[in-house]
Amino acid sequence: MSEQTNTLIIRTPEGISFSLLLAGPVLRCQAWFIDALVVLIIANVLQKLLGVFGLISVDVAQAVITLIYFVVSIGYGILLEWLWRGQTIGKRLFRLRVVDEHGLRLQFSQIAMRNLLRFVDSMPLFYLVGGISCVLTRHAQRLGDIAASTIVIRTPVMYAPDIAQIMAGRFNSFRNYPHLEARLRQRISAPEANLALQALLRRDQFDDDARIQLFGEMVAHFSKTVQFPPEVVEGMADEQYLRNVVDILFNTKAAR
Amino acid sequence: MIIDLQRFLAAEREYWTQLEQILNRLDNNPDRAMTVEEIKQFHYLYQRASADLAKIRTFCSEPDLQRYVESLVARAYGEIHVSRDQTRGFRPMYWFFNTLPQTFRRHFAAFCLSTLITFAGVGLGAATVWIDPSSKEMIFPAQFSHLSQRPSERVRKEESATTDRLQGQKAQFSSFLMQNNIRVSILTLSLGMTFGVGTILELFYNGVILGAVSADYVSDGQTMFLLAWLLPHGAIEIPAILLAGQGGLVLAGALIGRRSRDPLRVRLRAVIPDLVTLIGGIVIMLVWAGIIEAFLSQYHAPVLPYEAKIAFGSVELVLLFLFLSRAGTKSQPAVKPS
Repeated sequence: MSEQTNTLIIRTPEGISFSLLLAGPVLRCQAWFIDALVVLIIANVLQKLLGVFGLISVDVAQAVITLIYFVVSIGYGILLEWLWRGQTIGKRLFRLRVVDEHGLRLQFSQIAMRNLLRFVDSMPLFYLVGGISCVLTRHAQRLGDIAASTIVIRTPVMYAPDIAQIMAGRFNSFRNYPHLEARLRQRISAPEANLALQALLRRDQFDDDARIQLFGEMVAHFSKTVQFPPEVVEGMADEQYLRNVVDILFNTKAAR
Repeated sequence: MIIDLQRFLAAEREYWTQLEQILNRLDNNPDRAMTVEEIKQFHYLYQRASADLAKIRTFCSEPDLQRYVESLVARAYGEIHVSRDQTRGFRPMYWFFNTLPQTFRRHFAAFCLSTLITFAGVGLGAATVWIDPSSKEMIFPAQFSHLSQRPSERVRKEESATTDRLQGQKAQFSSFLMQNNIRVSILTLSLGMTFGVGTILELFYNGVILGAVSADYVSDGQTMFLLAWLLPHGAIEIPAILLAGQGGLVLAGALIGRRSRDPLRVRLRAVIPDLVTLIGGIVIMLVWAGIIEAFLSQYHAPVLPYEAKIAFGSVELVLLFLFLSRAGTKSQPAVKPS
C-alpha cells in the first residue's frame, strides 16, 4: 500500500513549486451522487421530450430512449469535464476538479479514458473497486485516474486572516520597546508565527483547559526567545501576551 | 522576517482577483482567443502570483492563504503550459480514415494476441460441444437460451415462419444490441487495468461461446445457416471485440512495462490517445453491427437467400480488412512514436 498524502507537490520548469489539495473518496462519492441524480433527471427529461417519437413509431421511441440513456450516462462526465475543464455539476458543487497529474491542462483522451474506465471502477457495486483503489493509492486515484494520469483536487476559496481582530483596538504595551519588537521579528520563524496566529484565530474551537494550556506553552516559548521587562508582562494574561506578539509579527506598521 | 500580512494582502489582492477572473473566463469559454496584450497581462499576473506564493511560504506560512494562491498558480500553470496538440481541432474524417487504421496497425501484435486468445476459446468451446453435446446448456449464458434447442429444429422453425417475430421491435432490438455490445467492449478494454487478466478471460469466454455455438450447428449439418446468420453482423462485431481485446492488452502492456525504462505514468500517457481512438472505432463498428443484426441477420431463407447473406458478410469482412490494413498508409508518420 502506498503512503497516503492529501497534497500533490508539482515543481515547474521555472522553479516554482505548488501543491494541490487532493480530494478524498468521501467527497468524491458525494459529488458522484449529485452527478448520478443529474444524469437520471436529464435522461428522464429527454425521455419525456422524445416521447413524441411514439406518435410516429413506438419501436423507434423505445430505441431512442434506450440509446439516449446509454449516451447520457457515458457522455455526461466526458462532455462536462471537457467543457468545464475537469468539472461536472457535482464536482462544481463540492469545489472539486479533475486535473492532469503534472498540473497541465487536461487532454480529451484523458477525460474520455477516466470516464470509460468507470465500467471497471464501478464493479461489482457502488464503485467498490474505484473506492478501494482511492483508499489504497498515494494520490487517491481510482483505476480510471491511474490509467488517464489524472487526479481530483479541491479548489479552495480566498481566505484572508483578519489580523485586525487580534488586537481589536486594544493597546499593545510591547510596542513601547522597539528594540525588543525588532528582536522578536528577527528571532521568530514564519511557522512559529503562523502557529501563534492560528491558535488565536481558532481560540473558540478549543476546550477552555486545552486553550489555557496551549497559550501557556506558547507564551513560555516566546518569552524565552525575547524577554520583555517584568513590569510589562507582570499580571498579563497568556492570551493577551500572545495577541501582542502576533500583532507585532504580522502588523509591522501599526500606529503607536 | 515575517511579512506585514495586512499590507501584503492590500497590495496583492487586486492582482490575484484579476488572475482569478482571467482563469474563470478561460474556464467558461476555453476556445476564446486572447489578444497579445491579454496574454502578456496573464503571464505577468502568473509570475506575480508565483512570486507572492514564494513570499507567503517563506515569510508567512499562513496555510489558507497559501492554498488559495497555490490554486491560482496551479490553474495558471496548466493554462500556460498547454501542449500544442490541443490547438488543432478534431477532424472526424481524417480521424476515421487515417488515425484509426494507423492506431490499429501500430498495435498489431496486441491484435494478433487478442485473436489468438479468442481462437483458443473457440477451440475449447468447439471441442467441448463436439465431445459432449449436452454440455452446451452449461456453456451458453441465460440470455442465449434460444440456442439450447437443437439447431436443425430452429432452422426448420425459422424457414417455415410466416410472420416476422421482430415486427415492431427491430429498432428496439438494434439499440439494445448496440448498447450491450459497446458496454461489453469497453469493459473488455478497461479490464486491461487488471494487468490484462480480465481482458484475457473476457476474450477467452467470448471465444468459448462462439466455438460452442459453431460446433453445435456444424455438427448438426447447419453450417450454411450458421454462416448466413452470423456473418452479416459477426464480420464487424467479432473484429470489434478483438479490437477491444487489443486495447485491453495494450493497456496491460503499458501497466506491466516490459522492456521499457519509462516510468508507469509516461507509459500510460503514451497509450491513452490510442486507446480512446480504438474505443471510437469500436463504437462505430458496433453501431453498424447492431443495425445489421436486427434488420438483416435475423431474416433467413426463403425471405433472404443464404448465399446473399454470406456474400454480404464476406464483402464486409474484406472491406474491413482493406480498411484496417490499407487506409491512412500515405499519411502514416515515418517515425513511430515511442
